[in-house]
Amino acid sequence: MASPIISLSSIAAPGRAKLDELLQQVAEHKGCGTSSGSGKASCGTGAGQGDLSPEVWEKVKNHPCYSEEAHHHYARMHVAVAPACNIQCNYCNRKYDCANESRPGVVSEKLTPEQAAKKVLAVASTIPQMTVLGIAGPGDPLANPEKTFKTFELISKTAPDIKLCLSTNGLMLPDHVDTIESFNVDHVTITINMVDPDVGAQIYPWIFYKNKRYKGREAAQILSERQLQGLEMLTERGILCKVNSVMIPGINDEHLVEVNRAVKSRGAFLHNIMPLISAPEHGTVFGLNGQRGPSAQELKALQDSCEGEMNMMRHCRQCRADAVGLLGEDRSAEFTTENVMAMEVEYDLESRQAYQAVVEQERQAKAAAKQAELETMAGEHSDVKILVAVATKGSGRINEHFGHATEFQIYEASTAGAKFVGHRRVDLYCQGGYGEEEALESTIIRAINDCAAVFVAKIGGCPKESLKAAGIDAVDRYAFEYIEQSVIAYYRDYLEQVRGGAIVHGTRGDAEIRQGAFVAA
Amino acid sequence: MAYRIVASQCTGCSACEPECPNMAISEKNGTFVIDPAKCTECINYFDEPQCVAVCPVDDTCIIDNNYPRYSA
Ligand code: SF4
Ligand code: SF4
Ligand code: SF4
Repeated sequence: MASPIISLSSIAAPGRAKLDELLQQVAEHKGCGTSSGSGKASCGTGAGQGDLSPEVWEKVKNHPCYSEEAHHHYARMHVAVAPACNIQCNYCNRKYDCANESRPGVVSEKLTPEQAAKKVLAVASTIPQMTVLGIAGPGDPLANPEKTFKTFELISKTAPDIKLCLSTNGLMLPDHVDTIESFNVDHVTITINMVDPDVGAQIYPWIFYKNKRYKGREAAQILSERQLQGLEMLTERGILCKVNSVMIPGINDEHLVEVNRAVKSRGAFLHNIMPLISAPEHGTVFGLNGQRGPSAQELKALQDSCEGEMNMMRHCRQCRADAVGLLGEDRSAEFTTENVMAMEVEYDLESRQAYQAVVEQERQAKAAAKQAELETMAGEHSDVKILVAVATKGSGRINEHFGHATEFQIYEASTAGAKFVGHRRVDLYCQGGYGEEEALESTIIRAINDCAAVFVAKIGGCPKESLKAAGIDAVDRYAFEYIEQSVIAYYRDYLEQVRGGAIVHGTRGDAEIRQGAFVAA
Repeated sequence: MAYRIVASQCTGCSACEPECPNMAISEKNGTFVIDPAKCTECINYFDEPQCVAVCPVDDTCIIDNNYPRYSA
């Protein structure tokens, strides 16, 4: 199907060279539409409207964190205005940022509310897809209520089109629900790792609540009650709530199915299960006592077992709290405090809206392409399922060179279609640079070992051979095509070859989850 | 005695600052410090010193033996 060409020059304000230049980069990045739009997802994950109500879908569809489809097209940013926290998590070392919510081992730049507001406006007027501002840490936004709400106040005055969201551990949530409502914050993320205080006591050594430090089971009980109460209060007021859970093997892995039920029954619209990030050098309790994180298959199995219950979020990259840009892309280096304070910011609501209208067209186009491909599979039924790794820079296309990929998106292909099931990062492994091709290849192979194929825009002969030896088919014939359409097409061929005996379909091994937050630019 | 903050351990997270009933805590070069003249060890206010209870790093807010015991 023909791809609509988007003219971005028509919407860039004249005489603003910097903006034009950036839009140009954005244009290279984008190209075309994406899946689903408001179409029903083939798989019932967060890919499309699924079983969400129209009001919820309206709020979710452009949110780059919550809609796995939108994160190809819209961008979010976080500002670090909230350094203090009121609980202690065993996966967190407070010398650094909250390890699992944001990024382990790296410190965000702390901003005052005034600096943060200026930064948001500067970014929003340069990157028109920037539609969401989050406050997530490095501590707990509601342990720093003045700073958090001052930032919201400043931004909502100048840029009313920017959606506000915040992530919290939930301890102080019930006290701030009214303020959250008054600022029109429509997305709140609560990190809930347990609903059983005995499990909680193994995750939280203490909390600080009502002028007292509580420990052990008692601490976990208070925290759990406050979290669930806050969740109920928010959903009663129609404020969207996502729940994040950190999967800690041997501590809460099985228990998270129960957490899933508890949060769903209280109205959470999405449950995001994230792998524990834990390494000794992070200096966390879990890092030091050798608590391991889950493997890719363990994580997927748990997400699958919760999926019947509600929407799962599989694209969370646990990215940096002060990241700027589309998910998986970080342009924060352009927007250091020094740069921002020197900028003259002119907030142009109109050009932002024009840009966003174009993006909407792209998304519709891609949805149509996927639908057409899916129809060729109508009536097919098979138990054969394969995973495919995709190298992409965004916009829903296979548009990244194998050697440049910092992460791979993983799709599960079956007769039901192509379903996004997660992503594997390889960025932290690339530290050796391109001189160490072999080491790089083997780490990538370990990260996508459970995949039958990897789709790339381009790949050299050598890595192609090594992948082949590992049983992974490196495919470049779909270069620059839409991802989901290509995955379905590949699967159709695969199935034919299995039936004809040319391929023997077998189960593949497990894969590794990298330890570290997304830091690649 | 007053409490003091061990600067080399303080993460500068600011959690203690708003909890002090005497406004004795302030920021200085990225870490936080307690004004011994204002600190009452939280006596008459709370059962435990608030800075100690909220601080994420153990043994960072400690008794400063250079000052006499606070008496209400
Ligand atoms: S960490 Fe990244 S992917 Fe996860 S919720 Fe935040 S911005 Fe979205
Ligand atoms: S002990 Fe109490 S009064 Fe003294 S600095 Fe700490 S919080 Fe303030
Ligand atoms: S709570 Fe502890 S670490 Fe945080 S600023 Fe106060 S003394 Fe420093």
